[in-house]
This record gives sequence, C-alpha cells and structure tokens, in this order.
Amino acid sequence: MQVLVLAAVLGAMAWLVGNVQSNLERQNINSGFGFLSERAGFGINQTLIAYTEDDSFGRVLAVGLLNTLLVSALGIFFATLLGFSLGVARLSRNWLISKIAMVYIEIFRNVPLLLQIMFWYFGVLRNLPSPRQAVSIGDAIFMSNRGFVVLWLEASAGAFWYGLAALGLVIGGIWLRRRAANAQITTGQATRVWRPLLGLAVALFGGAALMAGVPFALDVPHLKGFNFRGGLTVIPEFVALLLALSLYTAAFIAEIVRAGINSVSKGQREASAALGLPESVALRLVVIPQALRVIIPPLTSQYLNLTKNSSLAVAIAYPDIVSVLAGTTLSQVGQALEIIFITMMIYLSLSLLTSWAMNRYNQRMAFVGNNT
Amino acid sequence: MSAKTWTPKPARPAPANTVGFVGWARENLFTTKLDSALTLLCAALIIYVLDVGLGWAIVDASFSGDDRNACLKPVQGACWPFIDAKFGQFIYGRYPEMERWRVDWVFALGLLGLVPLLMPTVGFKRANVIFMLGFYPMFSFFMLTGGSFGLAAVDTSDWGGLLVTLVVAVTGIVGSLPLGILLALGRRSDLPIVRALCVGFIEIFRGVPLITVLFMASVMLPLFLPDGVNFDKLMRCLIGVALFASAYMAEVVRGGLQAIPKGQYEAAAALGLGYWKTTRLIILPQALKLVIPGIVNTFIGLFKDTTLVLIVGLFDLLGIVQLHFTDSTWATPETHITGYAFAAFVFWVFCFAMSRYSIFMEKHLSTDPNQ
Repeated sequence: MQVLVLAAVLGAMAWLVGNVQSNLERQNINSGFGFLSERAGFGINQTLIAYTEDDSFGRVLAVGLLNTLLVSALGIFFATLLGFSLGVARLSRNWLISKIAMVYIEIFRNVPLLLQIMFWYFGVLRNLPSPRQAVSIGDAIFMSNRGFVVLWLEASAGAFWYGLAALGLVIGGIWLRRRAANAQITTGQATRVWRPLLGLAVALFGGAALMAGVPFALDVPHLKGFNFRGGLTVIPEFVALLLALSLYTAAFIAEIVRAGINSVSKGQREASAALGLPESVALRLVVIPQALRVIIPPLTSQYLNLTKNSSLAVAIAYPDIVSVLAGTTLSQVGQALEIIFITMMIYLSLSLLTSWAMNRYNQRMAFVGNNT
Repeated sequence: MSAKTWTPKPARPAPANTVGFVGWARENLFTTKLDSALTLLCAALIIYVLDVGLGWAIVDASFSGDDRNACLKPVQGACWPFIDAKFGQFIYGRYPEMERWRVDWVFALGLLGLVPLLMPTVGFKRANVIFMLGFYPMFSFFMLTGGSFGLAAVDTSDWGGLLVTLVVAVTGIVGSLPLGILLALGRRSDLPIVRALCVGFIEIFRGVPLITVLFMASVMLPLFLPDGVNFDKLMRCLIGVALFASAYMAEVVRGGLQAIPKGQYEAAAALGLGYWKTTRLIILPQALKLVIPGIVNTFIGLFKDTTLVLIVGLFDLLGIVQLHFTDSTWATPETHITGYAFAAFVFWVFCFAMSRYSIFMEKHLSTDPNQ
C-alpha cells in the first residue's frame, strides 16, 4: 500500500519534472539561481538598506524581505495593542463600550483585507491633497498624496553612546526585577523597582550626555518646490498596508483575547478576592497568566496570518518580497520556477521560525501554569 | 377560636431608580464616575461617526444621474448613481446581457438547494447533498460555459463580478472538502510515508500566502503540464484556491477526527469492520458533523480570499469595481469610496450571515443530546 502511494507520487513528480524540462527547453528559459547576481536595473521606493539600480537581484530580495519584515513587525505591534484593548472593551461592564467594540469587530473582520487595503490606499490616501496643500498636524506631520512626512531626529556618530545607555538600562531593569522577585520569594517583602531604575536611567543617560553631548538634531520637514524636504518620509503604500493589516488583524485578536479571558473561571477571581488581593493584582497574577495560556496559540497563528497577508502589498505596489520578486523581478527575468520557489521558501521559513519561537514561549507559560 | 393567620404586607416596589430604563442605565452605563465619563465619551464618538457616515451616505449623497456631473456638488457625499449604472457589471461582469438569465438560473437553483441544506430541521439531507454536489455543479458548468444544448458559448474571460467571486468560493469549498478529508485521514494514518506526504502538503500550503499559490497556479502550472494541454486562467485559479483551501480544511477535519473517542474505533473493530468501512460508516459521519462550524469558518476565510484573484488578472467583485474606476464618465473624487463601500457591503453581508450561521450551528450541535 505504502509502496504504491510512494510510487504514484514519485511517478507524478517525474512526469511533472519531465514536462518542466521540455517546456523550459522549448521556451528557451534559463534555469538556476544565477540571475540573483545580475544587475537589477529598477528602482525601489522604500529601502531600509542602501540600494541603487545597479545592485543585483539578490540585493532586491534582501530589500523586499526587510520591507516585509518591517510592515509585519509594526503591524503585529499595533494589531496586538488595538486587539487587546478591543478584547477588554468587549468584556467591559459598560454596555456602550462593549457594543462599540462589537460593532468594530464585526465590521472589520467581515470585509476582505484586500478591499480594506485598497480602500485606504486608493480611496483615502491617494485622495489627500498635493504636498502644497498638505494636511498638517502641529507642523510635525504632513499628510499629502505623496505620503506622510514626519518630524524626525537626525542622529550623528555620538548617538552610539545613547544606544549603549538604553541597552544598559534594559539589562539593569531585568536584573533589578529578578532581584526583587527573588527577594520576595525568600523574605516575602515586595520591593519597588522603579526608584532604583529611575536612578539608573539618570546615571546612564547622564553619562552618555557627558561622553557625546547632544548628538541629535531636529530634522524639520519643509516645502521646497513641489515636495517636502527633510523629515522622515513614509510612502503612502506603507501607511495603507500597515493601517489595513493592523485594523483587520486587531478584530481577530480581540475575539481571541475575549475568549481567553472568558476561559478563566469566575472562581479564580473570587478566590483571589477572598485572599485579599486587590483587583489589579488579581488581574496581573491570577487572571492574565491563565488567560495567556489560552490566548497564545491562536495569537501565534494570527501573527503568522498577518505576515502572510502582508503579501497583499503587491496590489498597491508596496515593495515587499512578493511585489519585488514575484512581480518586478519575475517580469524581467522570466524564471517563474526559481522565483516562486524562493518566495514560498521565504514565507515558509518565516512561518516555521515564528511558530517555533511562539511554541517555546507557550511551553514556558504552560509550565508556570502547571507549577502553581 | 380560630387561629390568627398572619398576612404579610405586600412587598413595596423596588426603588424607581433600580428598575426600568433608568435602573438599567445606572447599572450598565453610569456605574462609577469613570464609567459615566467613558459613556459620555463613547456617546460623543457614536454621534460623530453617525454624523459623518450618514452625512456622506445620505445627506450629501447623489441618488440619480447619468454621468459624473451628478456627483460634482461642492459638498459631495456618496455617488450612488455610479453603482446603479454599473450594477449589472458588478454582478455578471462582461457576461453577455442576452445570456444573463443563465446566471440567474444558476444562482436561483443554488439558493433553492442551499437553504434546506442549511436548515437542520429539514429532512432529505442525503438527497440534497447528492443534488448539490452531483447535479448542481454539472448543471452550473453547462449553464455558465454554454457551447452545448443550444446555449451560446461564453468564454470564462467574460465572466466577472459577483459571479466569479461565487464560482471561485464555491468551487474552492466543494473541491477542498474531499481533498481535505483525505489529507486529514492521511495525516492520522499509521503508514509513515502517507503521513509524511500529507503533513508536508498541509504544512507547505498553510505556511505560504495564497497569493504565492495563485502566482504559482497562473505562472508555473503551464510549465508543469505537457505541451498542448492548457487550462484557462479561471480554471488555473480554481485549482490553486482548491489546493490551498484543502490544507486548511484538512486541519479542521483533523480536529473533528481527534474528538472521536477511541471507543468508537474499538467498537467498529469489534464488529469486524475494516479501515475504510470504519472511516466511512462510523468515524466520518460523526467527525464531519462536529466540524460544521469550522468548515463554515474556513468558507468565510475562503470567501474573503477570493478577492485575491484580481491580482492575477481575474475580475471578481472587487476587481470589477476597481476596473470601473477607470471609466472617465464616472470619474469623481467620491467614486472610489462609493465603489469600495458597495463592495464592502456585499462582502460583509455574505460573511456576517455565514458567521451567524456558524454560531447558530455551534449552539444547535452542542445542545444535541445525542452528542
């Protein structure tokens, strides 16, 4: 039986490969990954690393991948923030708040994401006035049909010291927190962390300021000719994609959070009240840890969905991996097989990586839960 | 001397501010000071959104006209005449106007078969399923493509609008169900090679975005087929969508299979049933019934994902709306938003109805005493 199935699958594969070979020969299409080192010859309107038209297709791949990661990471951040707020609002005892959250969730999760992306891009952002009549918020953010221009800090070489100080603060914070937790376990005394932390922050950043002075300069956007100069320009494609991804995924996350909090039995809350825990402490130490165990697995798959959905960028030409690779590069090189293969492999490894990381976190949460 | 009976005084009515609307509002809207503040804030938000929304959709909107001039008021809301003028296109695409009755028949017959199928109390489920999965697809195929029975042939490149959306979604779900069941069974099989193949298929298709599968179907599929064999674009997308959906369907069905207690397998074995008989007669009927809500949810996802076919050049509802934005007779600043609002509404109605149905089925199934 198994041998039969295997033989059938292998036979089908051999047949397909044979077809591919004869088709490729007939159509004179190159094969192999040599094209990755050839000159790309097209521009990309958002690059996180230096890129010019003279760079190779390999570089194009890296640029696209970074753009995908950027929009996914920010999307995950905003969607989580909004989703958790909505999920909690949905459970609010305030009838109005709960119903508003419900209406939001039902609208946003029942309209196709692609439609939402196109709505924000073609319907809203492209309809904004030209840079000369740009809508501005406090002269710090200018919104026009060329994208958003944001007031930005220009960092010079000395900023390195500030980065070091921030890193030190994070490490110091973790250490202080650990020490306080250990102290509470051994002595039963809760110690406050924020006061030494504040001292540490002042010391570290003061030190950085002594070493480097103020290595930041305000980069103020201003109108010059027909467009803005200075500031940080965010292309409208990015804004539309980020907005749509965050708003859409938040609706799903809200439902997950609601189900998670609902899954913690009422007795747990009542028991912590009986122990004399204030409601905030009960929430932080009793309800949320148990809810998280239910929330995290579906949350992971939402994060993965968001990352995969970021491929819809191709519809509005945001230069993500699909758009630059399976779009522009494919039309220039014509090697469909290799290019689609690379694209799929990248998403597959992103998926596996994320689910691996989330599984580890999940294991830790489950372990803590079983111990108590 | 008769015993004195003690008659209690009738209970006094509850305080006026704890009953009725006032009591409800105190309980649910103005519990604390913070609550009251939030309620007022929310009320302001609702009024603002309604003001903007209704202002756009009704007060400032245009309702009649033959071209863009109807929608160029200084303060212009929605441009509804655009939808009115293009409505036929949005539903049928470029399907010839003379032949549109065929599409109507397919829609009507589908509705006729689907409604009793979805109502749990109506009988004849088996006959209905055979009708919907056997006769109906064939009927629809001959009706829509034509070229036989005296019907004029209509090329699939002329199909569009809601027709394509429904064709892709329904074919996707009908095609993915059997494939998904097989994959799910394979994934739980004792044969390591079969299991590995199924796990590989499922994980690969679940790990990549649909758009790459569609690209694969539209660009790579021709390379995989021998010279001379070629499908049209719609067919290639249907294959891609069905393969993609079957991976998700497999996971849904697997959930149902896992929920079947071991005793069922053992009882079947004790009766002397083999693997296929056990699966067909004992396991699948129970497992599939359990996962109806999951299947409906997969279908909702698939229905929304049909919009992606516009990226590879088919004109589904969203694609055809997008296409008609380029029509210069209707080029106004509000055309885009109006078109998107219409498409969003249509998709929303379908998806919302399906999600309610899924919730209804979940409740219906969970109260079933036979479970």
